Amino acid sequence: MNENFWSEVNRAAGQKITHCYQCGKCTAGCPVAFAMDYKPHQILRLLQLGRGEELLSSRALWVCSSCQTCTTRCPCHIDLARLIDALRFFSRQAFPQVTRHGMPLFNEVFLRSVKRYGRVYELGLTLQFNLKERKVWRDLDLGHFMLSRRKIRLLPEPVENRKEVAQIFSAEKEGAR
Amino acid sequence: MKLAYYPGCSLKGTAREYDLSTRLVARHLGLELVEIPDWNCCGATAAHSTSHFLAVALPARVLALAEDMGLDILSPCAACYQRLRAAQEELKRDPELKRQVEGALGRTFEGRVRVFSLLEALAQLGEEALAAQVVRPLKGMQVACYYGCLLVRPPLTSCDDPEQPQLMEKILAPTKVDTLDWGGKNECCGASLIFGAREVALNLIKNILHAAAQVRAHALVTACPLCHANLDLRQKEVNRFFGTNFAIPVFYLSQLLGIAMGLNLRDLGLGSHFVDPRRALRMVGS
Ligand code: SF4
Ligand code: SF4
Repeated sequence: MNENFWSEVNRAAGQKITHCYQCGKCTAGCPVAFAMDYKPHQILRLLQLGRGEELLSSRALWVCSSCQTCTTRCPCHIDLARLIDALRFFSRQAFPQVTRHGMPLFNEVFLRSVKRYGRVYELGLTLQFNLKERKVWRDLDLGHFMLSRRKIRLLPEPVENRKEVAQIFSAEKEGAR
Repeated sequence: MKLAYYPGCSLKGTAREYDLSTRLVARHLGLELVEIPDWNCCGATAAHSTSHFLAVALPARVLALAEDMGLDILSPCAACYQRLRAAQEELKRDPELKRQVEGALGRTFEGRVRVFSLLEALAQLGEEALAAQVVRPLKGMQVACYYGCLLVRPPLTSCDDPEQPQLMEKILAPTKVDTLDWGGKNECCGASLIFGAREVALNLIKNILHAAAQVRAHALVTACPLCHANLDLRQKEVNRFFGTNFAIPVFYLSQLLGIAMGLNLRDLGLGSHFVDPRRALRMVGS
């Protein structure tokens, strides 16, 4: 695995991966462990063993709900939720195809909306995501309900200072992470 | 008290009633809210799952705008609240990142703005101030206070105890509503997963509804637009998916408080629930 990966994972964690003593408390409290291929404590173990690349293709990274329970409870103060964020970044780099569906696709469509309008345009976001997932009719009954209660805005309501928002996104591209 | 109000994207759309009821209740409690001019999205889970820079820089702009106003922030959305607080802590902790963010925004941070969740803002007013406004006590209604994740976790940004939060119960005490002791109050509802990993999210929602049903809650109370969407809007889908028949209305904390304060139900946005709240309301004569 390349240098950059390890230094970045360590930096992101901001603490010592070696401190994990595999108590399993993170996994015990994780609400989505049932749906993970690698459980939270196993993520830590694989990193300790230098087998990080196995994690980059793992489903666990994208079913983690970022609920922060593991981070809150770890007796060794390891910020596992933050670590998973970093692994997600490398996962997208190693396997760009992961962004074609599910969570990574949703994140991408969401951020595109923020980049464009400065705010999330919920209707546009939902339609675009459903279209890309080829599930155009998903949540149709909900959409109808929300329209009737004015819970959906038909048009985006962009920020005025779009230049400033654009600056944030271009600074990000220039590698400032 | 005067606060810079950051509604965030949800309160302008799917959680309109949270916005309406928060503003209304605040006004009646003498809490002046000034919407932050030209605020932007905090980036939510999408940003922090994608780039640490975006996750800090997007909320940083909001913090800077409030700094210009010279006011502390009220962020009713739990997810926005956590992102603003997290960005604040990162700017403090990482001077290099702070420099980059300042460069990108062309703004500097003094870092003196405080960010409050709705729970903190209401609790600060004190029990007496709240009690003075209660004209229609909610005696007889049993509710399960639901905090979810981001109000109370991680500890660095938490507004209450991460394992046994009590602020909501405290705020509701003057309304005489019966707040239940239950096991689901800070379980995750899977808000970030509802689009990208639907079945996983439905499982989490079911578990929370089940825990609330077990203690015979007449309603759930929340202070998060994403929790509300998952628990209320998705309840029917959970029933379809698991063959259950939950029918537990989900109130925003601001709505329940507003009802006890005798405010107009329509003005509190009580007409836009997916799970019909009328039975619960009739129990307390509203
Ligand atoms: S809770 Fe912390 S120490 Fe225990 S297994 Fe998980 S990461 Fe390791
Ligand atoms: S943040 Fe992710 S890994 Fe940690 S407990 Fe929550 S869902 Fe599990």
